[in-house]
Amino acid sequence: MTTSTSLGYLIALPLAGSIILLLAGRKADKWGHLLATALSASSFGLGLYQLSQMLRLEPEERAFTQKLFSWISVGTFNVDAGLLLDQLSICFVLLITGVGTLIHIYSISYMSHDRDRRRFFAYLNLFIAAMLLLVLGDSYLNLYVGWEGVGLASYLLIGFWNQKPAYATASKKAFVMNRIGDMGLSFAIMIAFATLGTVTFAGVKEASESASTATLTGIGIMLLIAAAGKSAQFPLQAWLGDAMAGPTPVSALIHAATMVTAGVYLITRSNFIFDAAPTAQLLVVIVGAVTLIFGALIGTAKDDIKKALAASTMSQIGYMTLAAGLGPAGYAIAIMHLLTHGFFKAGMFLGAGSVMHGMKDQVNMRRYGALGKFMPITFVTFGLGYLAIIGVPPFAGFYSKDLIIETAFNAGGVKGILLGSMTLFGAILTAFYMTRVMVLTFTSPERWEEDQHPHESPILMWLPMVVLAIGSVTTGYLFTRGDALVHWLEPVFGEHGEHTELLPHKVVSALAITAVIIGASIALVKYQFSEVDAEAPNKVSILTRLARKDLLQDSFNESVFMRPGQVLTRWLVKGDDNVVDGTVRLVGRTALGAGAELRRTQTGFARSYSALILIGALVLIAGIWVITQ
Amino acid sequence: MNALTTMMLLPILGSLLIAVIPSDQVLRIKQAALAVTLLVAVTGVLTWFNFDSADTAFQFVQSVEWIPSFGINYAVGVDGLSLVLILMSVLLTPIVVLAGWNESEGGRWSAKVFYILILVLETMMIGVFAATDVFLFYVIFEAMLIPVYFLIGGYGSGDRAAAAVKFLLYSLFGGLLMLASIIGLYVISGANGGHTFDIAKLSEMHNYMSSTTQNLLFLGFFIAFAIKAPLWPLHTWLPGAAASGTPGTSVLLLGVLDKVGTFGMIRFCLTLFPDASRTFTPVIITLAVISIIYGAFLAIGATDIKRLIAYTSISHFGFITMGIFAMTTQGHSGSTLYMFNHGFSTAALFIVAGWMASRRGSSKIADFGGLQRVTPVMAWSFFIAGMSSLALPGLSSFVSEFLVLVGTFTRYPVAAVIATFGIVLAALYILIPVQKALHGPTTPGNENLPDLNIREKVAIAPVMAVIIALGFYPAPLLNVINPTSAHILEVQGFTDPLPSDSAGK
Repeated sequence: MTTSTSLGYLIALPLAGSIILLLAGRKADKWGHLLATALSASSFGLGLYQLSQMLRLEPEERAFTQKLFSWISVGTFNVDAGLLLDQLSICFVLLITGVGTLIHIYSISYMSHDRDRRRFFAYLNLFIAAMLLLVLGDSYLNLYVGWEGVGLASYLLIGFWNQKPAYATASKKAFVMNRIGDMGLSFAIMIAFATLGTVTFAGVKEASESASTATLTGIGIMLLIAAAGKSAQFPLQAWLGDAMAGPTPVSALIHAATMVTAGVYLITRSNFIFDAAPTAQLLVVIVGAVTLIFGALIGTAKDDIKKALAASTMSQIGYMTLAAGLGPAGYAIAIMHLLTHGFFKAGMFLGAGSVMHGMKDQVNMRRYGALGKFMPITFVTFGLGYLAIIGVPPFAGFYSKDLIIETAFNAGGVKGILLGSMTLFGAILTAFYMTRVMVLTFTSPERWEEDQHPHESPILMWLPMVVLAIGSVTTGYLFTRGDALVHWLEPVFGEHGEHTELLPHKVVSALAITAVIIGASIALVKYQFSEVDAEAPNKVSILTRLARKDLLQDSFNESVFMRPGQVLTRWLVKGDDNVVDGTVRLVGRTALGAGAELRRTQTGFARSYSALILIGALVLIAGIWVITQ
Repeated sequence: MNALTTMMLLPILGSLLIAVIPSDQVLRIKQAALAVTLLVAVTGVLTWFNFDSADTAFQFVQSVEWIPSFGINYAVGVDGLSLVLILMSVLLTPIVVLAGWNESEGGRWSAKVFYILILVLETMMIGVFAATDVFLFYVIFEAMLIPVYFLIGGYGSGDRAAAAVKFLLYSLFGGLLMLASIIGLYVISGANGGHTFDIAKLSEMHNYMSSTTQNLLFLGFFIAFAIKAPLWPLHTWLPGAAASGTPGTSVLLLGVLDKVGTFGMIRFCLTLFPDASRTFTPVIITLAVISIIYGAFLAIGATDIKRLIAYTSISHFGFITMGIFAMTTQGHSGSTLYMFNHGFSTAALFIVAGWMASRRGSSKIADFGGLQRVTPVMAWSFFIAGMSSLALPGLSSFVSEFLVLVGTFTRYPVAAVIATFGIVLAALYILIPVQKALHGPTTPGNENLPDLNIREKVAIAPVMAVIIALGFYPAPLLNVINPTSAHILEVQGFTDPLPSDSAGK
């Protein structure tokens, strides 16, 4: 551990940017976006500086800490505003500020015609600051501040065009579903404090060595709920598709590269808990596996390019979660896929934004086609991202996904075979839906609506796409050369550990490439070599119909939670007036001895009153009983 | 001169000053009221700085014989708990005056009467927290109803007369029960060392009571405070009163007067009747949890913005009560901090809602729409206040709410778990009105609403500043609150539960 005095600036710079831009108002319209971009870039520069500092030190000394001030201190509950930069958080710092800065640059051009561009940049800077706090906080409570901070930024940005009621609803939905996850984080913190007496990462890690399995399982499951909310994992995944209401750069930064991966960060950061809580770890794997298939299935049926990419994000994070659930063998690989995904998915989202820019905000891929000719840079950069995500060697995703598939098989036994097969099946689906996106958008014959004049985007937009595309090509190789990333992260995650090798590396690679070929071929046959309807066909299989409806996730939530909740609310509102206040009025009238009044009231309500008073008393007694147990 | 007595005298003198200003010089009256309340606020802040937080005894103590034949004294003094609440009250009052600059117009009586009532109320708000003589406390507790009754009934809107009467009767009922308990205490004190109303001496009396007596006397106090707080199911007077009063009155009602309930639970119920408090803790925690969830659901279902805010307060008071009776340092300090923070976040919400309603001529949520485009500053103010109400980390209410939850969890995990569901409901009860009123297309009737003027911005800015500053740095308040909380629990014989997984080591 090394103390540092400069970590706070990483967060302070973009935070200052957002405050200045929001308070300065219209005066800052001319230069606000430039300031915000410069501040984000400064944070990135500072991050690189920190990395250089780390590289000078021995691996065990590379963790920097900084105590800013004592935040909350009551009795034995002491939480400092403290920061921790170690090998894990520096990966995120560079991803957040690096990709973040590129997206700032892109947005200068993308949002140039929006009257609220300054406000947009203020939110972006707010997001960067909150996300940095999330990955730099040295305790679960500090992380919580960043955790809800990014939720707020996400809410503001999804609803950036909240004049449209549907967009306003989408932002609210994201916030509320995230709050369900946040509740899990609250519980985890409460359990940690009540059982271990601390909420810092270092403290919990130390205490976990002597803690009971039950405690750690409880904390682990609660952390998993939190992760599921933030990272759109089953069963809290339903908000992500709607979040595409936000401007496309937001989808690239928040809902693809960074914020939605925070759940994976949380799980890997808490590796010491999950390592000692096999049940919680198994649940992580299950959630990851279910989501990777769930998202991929949805992705096969979406015609909206952004929603197809969003489904893909959900599925790819499923891969990461699955890897994170595989223990020491998987943590570093989960982070590797998270980083490579950050490049290629952000790049593809920016590409989608570029396509929308050239197609008058059309998002329906059935109305695209042949755009490769008109947008060569977008086509090539998107194409490189595409090759990376489906896992074609030597592009980034090949390395990281291959390792996940391999690690899944090597989990051993039936579990290994099951998980390995699911990751392989996911790879087929990924190749299918991504090829579909690629073909429908760029290479199939054109199906445009009238009056479309597609054109390449300006340099401020394509330059970030090019940078990200370079990342999509190179990062996988760089991370795996000499197991660079795995070794880098070893001080955080511990030794990689020996594992049984079910299948040799080469066999896994061959299987994975076969999966890619199968998935891509089916898509090519269906969309490149057959005619594509400009309208979505109605006569489709039940599976397609279900996938179009996001496998009924909304219908389920609405009928199980929302509508009963609304009924309960109405019931309580009526009950409050008629029963609770009614009883008070009744008592009042009785006391006043208003006989005539009383008779009238009694004939109407006496029976229901007494029944409800009885119910109320029973609830009360039951409640007391439960609480005193 | 005693700082507390000075603080109480200043508003009274101010009201005399206003009384001699001619009624038609409305501006002069308002300026005088603002100047006086600002002066009181400055005195409050000075007192704050002179307070020694390490000392857990009452400070700035003054005791003067009032009715010697009954042993009644004018006795005042503050500890960390009452000081925080007094500071909150004196800071909020000038903000209320400035924010509701035109509230006195259109009332039944003149502006002069309005500000005299406000100033008299301010004296009582300070006195009710400062009193260390139980009888003095009772007198102020009851007398406070009078200015509030006239403020609602004389200057409010809608069905103001009915709301004011309901508020008055409900509160009087509670007050009567408390009076009965106070007389009981007085009688017991007579048989055990001499008649007194001194809280320090009365806190010994539980040693001389049967448990039945103690339980009954406890209930007299507790019901009065539960009505005031208000706790489910004694809450139904609040939404009407809050919606009918002027926004300023409602800020003082929800922000300050209701706190007398939760303050009283600590100061009187726990101190005077420790055994009965333990006996009733399971019931009270249950009622608190019901309040949290129930208040939140009713807020979600509310169609009127002012009633919505009132219901959110019922939920928040549930948190405060739960934290108090959890009997842990985190719960207690969290609750006291919660009282302060709730004062500011509810003030922000109610003040902005009041501005929205007076501009639009309606407080129905459905009548608003798309305000973010029309009145961005007002919309932002409402949004930040709302975020504070839903306890967003980084804002002040998060610190207190989390302390309450974590402090409850260590002793009553089930209650804390149920209460935590309140944070999801809070997201709904804030974001639903935000969406309906601020987002979406601008609906007819809202196109020409004016944004906040300079006066309004000046009024709301300090509230926002407090909400944000205390979210990141609550230490100045916690440093004052912590010793008092620890002291109260120590006297009660409670120690924090040890971490369960390391208890054996």
